[in-house]
Amino acid sequence: MAHSSTATSPYYGLMAEFDSAQALLDAAHKVREAGYVRTDAYSPMPIHGVAEALGMKERKVAPFVLAGGITGALAGYSLQYWTTVIAYPINIGGRPAHSWVSFIPPTFEVTILLASFAAVFSMIILNGLPQPYHPVFNAKRFALASQTSFFLAIEATDPHFDAEKTKAFLASLNPREVVPVEH
Amino acid sequence: MDVTTNPQQDPLGAVPVLNPGHSYKSLTDKLTGIVLTRNTPTAWFVFMAVGFTLLMCLMMSLGYLLVKGIGIWGNNVPVGWAFDIINFVWWIGIGHAGTLISAILLLFKQDWRTSINRFAEAMTLFAVACAAIFPIFHTGRPWLAIYWLFPYPNTMGLWPNFNSPLIWDVFAVSTYATVSALFWYVGLIPDLATFRDTAEKPILKKVYGVLALGWRGSARHWYRYETAYLILAGLSTPLVLSVHTVVSFDFAVSNLPGWHATIFPPYFVAGAIYAGFAMVLTLAIPLRAIYKLHDFITMRHLENMAKVTLVTGLIVVYGYACELFFGWYSGNEYERFMLMNRILTGPYAWSYWMLLLCNFVVPQLLWVKSLRRNIAVLFTVAMFVNVGMWLERFVIIVTSLANDFLPSSWAMYYPTRWDFMTFFGTIGLFLTLMFLFVRVLPMISIFEMRTLLPEASPKQKSPASTEGGAH
Repeated sequence: MAHSSTATSPYYGLMAEFDSAQALLDAAHKVREAGYVRTDAYSPMPIHGVAEALGMKERKVAPFVLAGGITGALAGYSLQYWTTVIAYPINIGGRPAHSWVSFIPPTFEVTILLASFAAVFSMIILNGLPQPYHPVFNAKRFALASQTSFFLAIEATDPHFDAEKTKAFLASLNPREVVPVEH
Repeated sequence: MDVTTNPQQDPLGAVPVLNPGHSYKSLTDKLTGIVLTRNTPTAWFVFMAVGFTLLMCLMMSLGYLLVKGIGIWGNNVPVGWAFDIINFVWWIGIGHAGTLISAILLLFKQDWRTSINRFAEAMTLFAVACAAIFPIFHTGRPWLAIYWLFPYPNTMGLWPNFNSPLIWDVFAVSTYATVSALFWYVGLIPDLATFRDTAEKPILKKVYGVLALGWRGSARHWYRYETAYLILAGLSTPLVLSVHTVVSFDFAVSNLPGWHATIFPPYFVAGAIYAGFAMVLTLAIPLRAIYKLHDFITMRHLENMAKVTLVTGLIVVYGYACELFFGWYSGNEYERFMLMNRILTGPYAWSYWMLLLCNFVVPQLLWVKSLRRNIAVLFTVAMFVNVGMWLERFVIIVTSLANDFLPSSWAMYYPTRWDFMTFFGTIGLFLTLMFLFVRVLPMISIFEMRTLLPEASPKQKSPASTEGGAH
């Protein structure tokens, strides 16, 4: 919870609140144009273009999924090959031990399984979740970020950050209010 | 026509997917209020009581099964598979609509999926849980069966037979259950954050807060989230098709007349979607009335689901026609006997005609727009389809096994009271889980409903400046 509105002690940054998705997107563009890099926007649903407007270029989830899928395919097939051909070969009706056609369905399922794990867990881990504490929740109205309102924060560690100038800059973006956020 | 009133630019009319007049606040208040305020409708207690009573029947019948062994069931040579596999396939099929709605319709950008995907996914999970009970308990001593179901290094050095479709089934169903659970949970994370932020009681804030993993709606998080969600949808789509294909292999790979048919995989997948949409309708219609969700589950949703039911039903009927044709055209006397026995002369012929009534005749009512839009008619048709799809599996499994190649080994199959108790017991498990879910989690995806509001899609700047804001 925000205890004061003074910006004296070292604090996390400044947070502006906006009334609409459009205002947040426009503000995100202006914040980036002004040169701020340690920024983030918060909204109750995904708004296309905001992450890109803030300069996000990372595309790591997809390669992780590819790696997961390849691992799954190799693991699924080699498990079946090893158990059926090497560990305990059984002659069933004279069929070859390495009946690769039979191995396709389990291989496919394990591929999907590991690719899905990769998609979910790479998303969660790259997002830094689970995260028991984050300073943005100290902003008084931040609970609305999961309901009705839109927020944009500039961190105090940003090279361009200056308590007064940044506050004036955020105020010029026509927000509902600008509040300091404590650690 | 804006995106809310006619999202698919449907020339036939503009029944909205979300009734007009809603805002972020009204959506959030209505959908969180269902769980977080003290207004549990009386109907919830009624359904819960019925479901819980049946669940206790399940507990009793499974307990007795573990004491006595599977001899308490009616299946025996030659009908070695009966209620256990009928109910397994029936439940697995029902689950398929949940994934179809959440994954395939997402890829096709069908935004009417948004208000029904959450509880359809929950339905998938619970249906798979019900399905799993049957094969697991059919092993008689499930704790001893693990070594031939899952490949793990056991002291006997034995491994499952990977040439068997039953092992493919273990892989398919367990993967399906896991991926469905992941998909469902990922979809829930932002809504759990909404619950955390709107709950009044500290204990609820804590519980939902832990489940939400500290989600804060960051734009960067949303970006990765949407990527992961879309990829999961792309992975679930072939998965869901593979699951019922593999289930159909349980039959098609054998050489029993009535099972050994190449039409089985597509025919089973269509049947699964058909049964699943009927079950979504069976659930959506009462939930909509109980929780007054008419703004979110509009006539458009019900009508679209009715259309999908009709189309997949016709594909299933095409499957029946193919079975008849294959049997005749094969020129094989066992195949021809199987067909005559199934539809005319056999002791179970009544079930084939009941099946045609439920799956072929009654759903044709959905061609008529006024009947499709009549809630009572739609619900009745859905119930017919639920019964019909159960009968379909009964026809395929029991009639083929009871009268196979050798007349001296023919025998009738009669289910026992324990068969029925186990089956109705799983319906109890399903109802109990479903109504517990509705009570404690958001049954409609709140954040996706917000994206349906026109103000949630802001105008983008020119491409040059949206690409990473580079200058």
